[in-house]
Amino acid sequence: MSATYAVLFSILIPLIGAVLIGLTGKRPNLREAVTIVTSVLLFLTVLQVLSAFQAGETIEIELVTLFSGLSIAFHVEPLSMVFAMVASGLWVITSVYAIGYMRGNQEKYQTRFYACFAIALAAAMGIAFSANLLTLFIFYEVLSLSTYPLVAHKGDQKARSGARTYLTILMGTSIVFMLPAIVWVYAAAGTLDFVPGGVLAGRMDTAAATILLLLFVFGVAKAAVMPFHRWLPAAMVAPTPVSALLHAVAVVKAGVFTVTKVALYTFGPEFLAEVPVRDFVIFMAGFTVVAASVVALMQTNLKRLLAYSTVAQLSYVVIAALVLVPFSKIGAALHIAAHALGKITLFFTAGAIYTASKKAELPQLHGIGKRMPWTMAAFTIGALSMIGVPPTAGFVSKWYIFGGSFELGNYYVVIVLMLSTVLNAAYFLPIIFNAWFGREQGENPVQHGEAPWNMVLALSLTAAMTVLFFFFNGPLIDLEYQLAGGGQ
Amino acid sequence: MTEQLSALIIVLPMLAAPLIVLLRGSTLPWLVATAVSWITFICAAFLLQHVVNEGTHIYSMGGWEAPYGIEYRIDFVNALLLLLLTGIASVVMPYARLSVEHEVGAEKAPYFYATLMMLAVGLCGITASGDAFNIFVFLEISSLATYALIAMGRDRRALTASFSYLIMGTIGATFYLIGVGFLYVMTGTLNLADLAERLPEISDSGTVRTAFAFIVTGIALKLALFPLHLWLPNAYTFAPSAVTALLGATATKVAVYVMVRFIYSVFGVQFSFQSLPLMEVFLVLAVVGLLSASSVSITQPNIKRMLAYSSVAQIGYIVLGISMATAAGLTASLLHVFNHAVMKAALFMALGAVAYQMGGTDLTHMRGLRRTMPWTFWAFVIGGLSLIGVPLTVGFVSKWHLIVAALELGWWPIVLVILVGSMLAVVYIGRVVEAGWFGEPENPERREAPLGLLIPLWVLIVLNVYLGIDTRLTVCIAEMAAAQLMGGAY
Repeated sequence: MSATYAVLFSILIPLIGAVLIGLTGKRPNLREAVTIVTSVLLFLTVLQVLSAFQAGETIEIELVTLFSGLSIAFHVEPLSMVFAMVASGLWVITSVYAIGYMRGNQEKYQTRFYACFAIALAAAMGIAFSANLLTLFIFYEVLSLSTYPLVAHKGDQKARSGARTYLTILMGTSIVFMLPAIVWVYAAAGTLDFVPGGVLAGRMDTAAATILLLLFVFGVAKAAVMPFHRWLPAAMVAPTPVSALLHAVAVVKAGVFTVTKVALYTFGPEFLAEVPVRDFVIFMAGFTVVAASVVALMQTNLKRLLAYSTVAQLSYVVIAALVLVPFSKIGAALHIAAHALGKITLFFTAGAIYTASKKAELPQLHGIGKRMPWTMAAFTIGALSMIGVPPTAGFVSKWYIFGGSFELGNYYVVIVLMLSTVLNAAYFLPIIFNAWFGREQGENPVQHGEAPWNMVLALSLTAAMTVLFFFFNGPLIDLEYQLAGGGQ
Repeated sequence: MTEQLSALIIVLPMLAAPLIVLLRGSTLPWLVATAVSWITFICAAFLLQHVVNEGTHIYSMGGWEAPYGIEYRIDFVNALLLLLLTGIASVVMPYARLSVEHEVGAEKAPYFYATLMMLAVGLCGITASGDAFNIFVFLEISSLATYALIAMGRDRRALTASFSYLIMGTIGATFYLIGVGFLYVMTGTLNLADLAERLPEISDSGTVRTAFAFIVTGIALKLALFPLHLWLPNAYTFAPSAVTALLGATATKVAVYVMVRFIYSVFGVQFSFQSLPLMEVFLVLAVVGLLSASSVSITQPNIKRMLAYSSVAQIGYIVLGISMATAAGLTASLLHVFNHAVMKAALFMALGAVAYQMGGTDLTHMRGLRRTMPWTFWAFVIGGLSLIGVPLTVGFVSKWHLIVAALELGWWPIVLVILVGSMLAVVYIGRVVEAGWFGEPENPERREAPLGLLIPLWVLIVLNVYLGIDTRLTVCIAEMAAAQLMGGAY
């Protein structure tokens, strides 16, 4: 299988998986087997692409041409490799986890759930490998649409209104801001291709580029830069596997991935550095980091807290992408992976706690460490990674982002990052402390142990990966050094 | 043979109509009508090929040379429209059999199909004819057929809907006729090409301007340009499903063609847009119509009526392109004429299938459709996505061209209007999909529509996607047609 086909297969495999899941809906065990097999196959396919890419192959495919210069095309570059690896790799673990969660909570419509999940993954792969803005836009919308049934999964009033907020903000911003931005790029440059160094330099004055950059940053609401972040807390009504893989990894990372991609390959670093509004966007992202952290501090529901923490962490990547010095570019790519590992662990634990004890509010979690030691150990690791304490993944990426900001001499970013670290510690440490050393509340505490084994397995794996990432990040950093050099 | 093609498209259904009335039962009339529409579709396809290869096709009726006789003149825009009309008719006809038996009744079927044939005669005639008065005659034929067809709807309110359309339609036709009369007084000719030649010399006169105003207003009524659209929602809502599908896809589109022909070819861009403030007028009406009709759609409990308002909004997009007075804008308009027909026909046919199985087209009838009628539901979803303008559907192709055309002129606020319009479409399509997805059906049994309805529906849905990816046919023809119209050659 040549790498070209592997890229196409990475989109096709989950789609075929979705169809098979639909067909095997009457036999749950077979259906879940299909999910697992599909996710493993997908991961192997992405590995295939990776090995070809590392061997130095240029991988480009043009599927169809719509009209004059508009086409559906795919390519592979370092950033897409990170996104594809993270999303497909974590899907395997999430699938194991989801089986435990969905059965443990006796959720309805499980066939629809697994099928939509697979379609969402296909869309994520499409986003990762898209070679131009149009292709990216199409899969971006598919991702919004395919995750809508997942957010509305419960079907009650709360789930439906949350899902409506979710879809309205994501599709609304993409149609009203991102689409005109894309058309504008096309009108100015005559192409939508992602080219190292950008396509806009010399074809657009900086004043116009100012508006264009704003349209992109706010049009890609999946990156959750304030004020378009509200969909993410709203999406927390979804079952936890969805929050874990999609709203901590695939969907939100698709957002920051898009912003990074546009910054590097559409604007180009040199041209972007001249755009005056860049500082404003960095300011907004910095504001998002701090404001979202403060809001997280006030949450009493664990999943909502994690959602706001995600909002804050996403803006790290946006900042890193726009700071533009080589160090921060690597930081952006690393943080996509590092945050994914840490946050998926945290969501996994939240879901495990809910499944085992139906607890979702923070005060209920006092003393839970004794009942669910594995889960809370994983939670501790995930939280430390969010704060950026070694030896966890979060430390590595933060190191690079810090390094980049110092290199640029942008002390605003440095202060934001420091403030955020303090705030992260302020809302995560009390939870950890109370869980381990607090006393259980209530007269008759619910007697419960750990969640089903597949959930514990999944969250232990991701927690372990969060730690291992600290020690074995060499290959990834090597891969991303290509970004820093602006191509190979 | 090729020379006769344009005449055949009109003569065949005209001869078929009385023949159908004589036939018994409901199957035989249907068979004849379907066969005729398929033959005319083949004729239209050959005609398009002929026009592409050899340029404008001219046919003199009865051998009388223009400007004394009536001539049929087919260039790119006519050929495209004829292909669309006959194409939609060939898909709606097979669909009509079950739908008509259910909604009109077998005993009225022969009259129904005969009237439908006359509607085809009228619409194709308007498109093919190169004579202003002849266009009026066909306009009346198509209108009369439409009134009768709407009145055949099951609901008694169909009668009042038909009657108010009759009043409005007659006013429109009369305005048009008055305008044509003025032109005849001034130039002594009714041939469009001849008019186009003679008008520039006398374009300063008040009479010509008055004629222009009458004609534009008259046709604006027929194409349901805001605020002259009030007849449309009722007419579409209460007409039988097959009729709504056909009308929604074709009737207003033919009026758009007449409008474009008069503005661009007969009066000329110079006169229409520089001597007269047509751009400003159309622009305002298009924008207000587009936004208001889309907003009104959102609150409609009846989905057929919701789509009818959406049609008014889509007319807004089309007129927006016309008002730009550029080749790019006109291309976008013509593309949207074609693409909107494909998507709206599909959506109305999906609703027809719902009406067939559930007994109505209210939002309550759509509840739980995903489980009770999955094929119909997914057809509606894809058609809806196309209406919104999602990439890989036809809706995206025309909206993209419209936005690029607006950008070319630097019309930023208009770009925003187009996008807000799309957003509103997301909302009104979204509520139907949400009801279909989450709603609890009264009777959860699976009862998919029969294949007789599903196959034609899915043919159009596949076209929605295929023509959204392979755009060679539509975009090329629309571009050439726009270039021809802008060039003023006729």
